[in-house]
Amino acid sequence: MLELDKLVKWIGDGIEAGIGALGLGPPWVILAQLVVAALVIIAFVAIVVLFLVWWERKISAHIQMRLGPMRVGWHGSIQTIADALKLLQKEDITPAAVDRGIYFWAPIVTFVAALAVYVTVPFGKGLVVRDLNIGILYILSITTFTVIGLLMAGWSSNNKYALLGGFRSAAQVVSYEVPMALAVIGVVMLTQTLSMVEIIGQQQKFYQWYIWRQPVGFLIYLVAATAECNRTPFDLPEADSELVAGFVTEYSGMKFAMFFLAEFLNMFTVSAVATTLFFGGWNGPFLPSWAWFMVKTLTGVFVLMWFRWTYPRLRVDQLMGFAWKFLLPLAFINIVLTGLGIYIFEP
Amino acid sequence: MSALSLAFYALAFLTIAASIFVVTSKNIFHSAIYLILALFGVAGLYVLLQAPFLAAAQVLIYVGAVSMLMIFAIMLTARIADTSIRQTNEQTVTGLVVSLGLLAIIVYSLWQTPFPISDAPMPEGAGRTLGRLLLTKFVLPFEIVSVLLLGALIGAVVIAKKDPQRREPTMPKTPLPGATQEASR
Repeated sequence: MLELDKLVKWIGDGIEAGIGALGLGPPWVILAQLVVAALVIIAFVAIVVLFLVWWERKISAHIQMRLGPMRVGWHGSIQTIADALKLLQKEDITPAAVDRGIYFWAPIVTFVAALAVYVTVPFGKGLVVRDLNIGILYILSITTFTVIGLLMAGWSSNNKYALLGGFRSAAQVVSYEVPMALAVIGVVMLTQTLSMVEIIGQQQKFYQWYIWRQPVGFLIYLVAATAECNRTPFDLPEADSELVAGFVTEYSGMKFAMFFLAEFLNMFTVSAVATTLFFGGWNGPFLPSWAWFMVKTLTGVFVLMWFRWTYPRLRVDQLMGFAWKFLLPLAFINIVLTGLGIYIFEP
Repeated sequence: MSALSLAFYALAFLTIAASIFVVTSKNIFHSAIYLILALFGVAGLYVLLQAPFLAAAQVLIYVGAVSMLMIFAIMLTARIADTSIRQTNEQTVTGLVVSLGLLAIIVYSLWQTPFPISDAPMPEGAGRTLGRLLLTKFVLPFEIVSVLLLGALIGAVVIAKKDPQRREPTMPKTPLPGATQEASR
């Protein structure tokens, strides 16, 4: 079938031979391979985000019985490319009263954190940059930098809406990170490994998917992931009707685009992680593995978009209460039950 | 110089430079951001020591939780982030003596410690081994730490809980830190 692992291996070997011919050692080979992998992933991510933005606009339009973008390309399919070109041309405004250093670095931190996760996301058989043995833990820890970026943006903008938005996002993400990590622990207890590739390897068959053994864990993960992405019904950090645009209020041009990219990227990331943990990753019949990964992940993204255009926004206190008083105890119960199940059925 | 030592020196430089900025920055929010950078550099050093689990835990706990808490405290404290804090006080001489003494102790103990180098291969699945050891050999310290954390948790709840006897002090009418900064310019 159209598996890409041979191609990836061929390119990797080619780089190794090329660098070897220059007379440089193995560390430089690894470095060159990683640089190439990073470039490929950045290109892939840019295409995915361009697609997701268009998709979100179409989905929202159809949910509201409109047509959405229709003019540029087939059903408006290259509308986002036009928008991206417009964003690139825009003047990059730095307001006079911002804290310049932090204002400059905030979008970079947010975007790099969103991108760094892809080191260990398995796109298909053999399509993973590095199968870290701490895989899922690495993803959980690196995503915390996203919040740092949002806080930096909120504080440095010197604007009350931005500050409130940054505040809300930090409180929200810190709160929902706890149930999210605990939901992941339920799966890790069953797999006995943190490596993404090994977790996928244990879900070869349809009935081995961990969603069947961790349904509660999956639901907790889904809710917490929606909150982590700052999306409706948890989009308080950038609630347009009360905070203008939250932490991105003062940003324009390319810096704004980086926050935008990071937001859509995070949505793709949480779906990819859900696919890996609960839906058997790239395992599936007939289609090549990367196609299965994309189908499952994009379905996850579709569900997140569907949420956004279906549910109203929560209040701050409801949001916090839900995380600490409902999701957290539920996650603990899930862990205890998982432990009991392992003790009884898999001695 | 090998690539590994190059990476070490880069990370060490990052960590030390960030740490210096933590104590010299006039703005406390900048200090907090530099602290995050320093802690991230330490996590990088753990990766170089082939302890990825420790590195991830370092980032998750120190960057994700501790630093976040600090930033929260800074943002919630009115006017702390916009005043330029004095970096020195009258205790300069005492401080110098104490820190030089501490430096001497650290250097001495580093000097005295033999650092054994092992040829043993890296253990596979360090996280699993760590978890097993925590629940068998080191279960007592583990439990003591758990009880300590539980105590801290209860203490936090007690402190944060409203006292029905006392009237709540009304919040001073200070604007948000961002807003005061705007006004002071």
